[in-house]
Amino acid sequence: MPLLFCFPVSVCCKREPEVLGNCIWNIAMSHLDIILQQLANGVILGSFYALVALGYTMVYGIIKLLNFAHGDLYMVGGFVGFVILSAVSGLLGEGWAAITCSMVLSMLAVGLLGVIIQRVAYQPMLNAPRLSILITALAVSMILSNGVMAVTDGEYLAFTTDLGYDGLDFGNVFISYTQLMLVVSAAVLMIVLTLFVHKTLYGKAMRAIAIDQDACRLMGINVNRIIALTFFIGSSLAAAAGVMAGVYYGSLHFSMGFVIGLKAFTAAVIGGIGSIPGAMLGGLTLGILEAFGTQLPFVGSEWKDVFSFGLLILLLIVKPTGMLGKTEIERM
Amino acid sequence: MGNSTPREITGWADWLKPQRNRLLVLMVMAAIAMVIPLMANNYVIEVLTNAWFYTILCLGLNIVVGYAGLLDLGYAAFFAVGAYTTGILTSKFGMNFWLTIPVAVSCSMLAGIIIGGPTLRLRSDYLAIVTLGFGEIVRIVARNLEITGGASGLIGIERPVFFGIELSKGIHFYYVFLLLAICACYVSYRLQDSRLGRAWQYVREDEDAAEAMGIDRVGVKLYAYVIGAMFGGIAGCFFAAKMTAISPETFTFSQSVLILLGVVMGGMGKIPGVIVGAFALVLFPEVFRGVGSMRMLIFAIVMLVIMLYRPEGIWPRTKS
Repeated sequence: MPLLFCFPVSVCCKREPEVLGNCIWNIAMSHLDIILQQLANGVILGSFYALVALGYTMVYGIIKLLNFAHGDLYMVGGFVGFVILSAVSGLLGEGWAAITCSMVLSMLAVGLLGVIIQRVAYQPMLNAPRLSILITALAVSMILSNGVMAVTDGEYLAFTTDLGYDGLDFGNVFISYTQLMLVVSAAVLMIVLTLFVHKTLYGKAMRAIAIDQDACRLMGINVNRIIALTFFIGSSLAAAAGVMAGVYYGSLHFSMGFVIGLKAFTAAVIGGIGSIPGAMLGGLTLGILEAFGTQLPFVGSEWKDVFSFGLLILLLIVKPTGMLGKTEIERM
Repeated sequence: MGNSTPREITGWADWLKPQRNRLLVLMVMAAIAMVIPLMANNYVIEVLTNAWFYTILCLGLNIVVGYAGLLDLGYAAFFAVGAYTTGILTSKFGMNFWLTIPVAVSCSMLAGIIIGGPTLRLRSDYLAIVTLGFGEIVRIVARNLEITGGASGLIGIERPVFFGIELSKGIHFYYVFLLLAICACYVSYRLQDSRLGRAWQYVREDEDAAEAMGIDRVGVKLYAYVIGAMFGGIAGCFFAAKMTAISPETFTFSQSVLILLGVVMGGMGKIPGVIVGAFALVLFPEVFRGVGSMRMLIFAIVMLVIMLYRPEGIWPRTKS
């Protein structure tokens, strides 16, 4: 359903300037249903992006590492959720109870995996040149995705649930209860995370390490443990998003982590890398932009990824600090 | 070898000897590489051609990653630009293959400037992700445009004619790629200790100090980027001519990672190491046929182990 915004606007432009605003409003109203539907789609997509972006941003904030493996943790989370769901479906069915159960267990498992990765691969590299740790992260990412590929033979797995297709129907705009629940759970996770970072001692330690690691060590903070905790939280958020994506799209594939990793990084940069509210805002912004981007004339869905990556490159060039990031002064 | 600089005069006697030995070894190796295809079957020739081809790509990426210390995760894009330029110009416009080379090289260098120019100011990890995004953009664009043949790619790319001989047999391309690889080695070798090479080394070790010494940080990096792109572009041209058909799936992210792996395995920044890395890359799946789809998994594990335990690569340079 490509929407030809441009054509009516160009007709309008020939009229008096003061009529223009009015005219755009009319066009917007006449396509209101499409706009609202895309807004809803964008928010759902954006909440996945935001959850994954949070892990990126937290790890980056604390050890300045671009964790390439993060997108793959999302993918692994989806697969672990699938395994647990099939294990518990005999007991709990395939409704929300089973999904919640598999989501929580998957978050725990992938969180632990994140900690193991940090301990084995990143910890020894923390003082190495940046190039080495980036290549290490790349290697971890490939081990995860190719490992899952080897296990699943590279096939798509159907993530079956019996959530039904009911939903809120506003004429031309339709939002299923599943979509609504996914957005709500993402929001709950983000609220819990915000409270954790701002109200607990561990959260305080995390924020402190992001500012000055050496000073924290001198103040008696167990820096390694807090870094591990950050990896745990980031990875489990990615796993939650992975399970949600399984529920939403109904299928899983080993390659799904690659693109979402890039997108989530874009989201983190849009919001300002290192900033937790920035990652949430950036995720939603990217989701909504992408949903509308595919509606522009001459931009079909096959160009969707070009749109996102182009946006990322443009943003890094024009405003690398993002919406909520602080300008970083590099000390020597 | 010119040994007229004062540094070399002071110790020329002990310096010359290993150098002469090395030259001898190199000539013997080149002779072996020249003779091998005459007594090997088509399969061996094909594999070795592929190995020389990857040698060129790895040496090109080595300039970016090894010399200048920048992580480029979209190197396949430059290779794609070269291959597609040649492919489009010969198959759609009927241009002579040899005439497309300068065009293709300029196009890939231009791509290097377009992507490198604005992003090389950024932190190195941002650069990694931007190049990754760029690599994907190039592949998706090639997939969706009509002129690039869409998902099925281009077919019927003209074989080059060299002094009346049509280059069509495996053995022809073996010598083409061997010659290109030797050129790539020579260029890399000459660059290594040149003024530019030393500037790269300085920027790689300490960017701020290098800038304080008056090195144009961004300009020097851009040179690395564009020269790397040039290598990729040339390799792409001949790749298109050899295969006569190219499709976007040749230029995926895994292709870029594979090339990077060759550089990492051999030890970043070392020419013999990188050649060994490229050969390991090509020979490994041929020797261990059984691994099949596990190839990338094993490569990834190798990459991780190398980074953790032997960051200088499988053939480290002896410290002088």
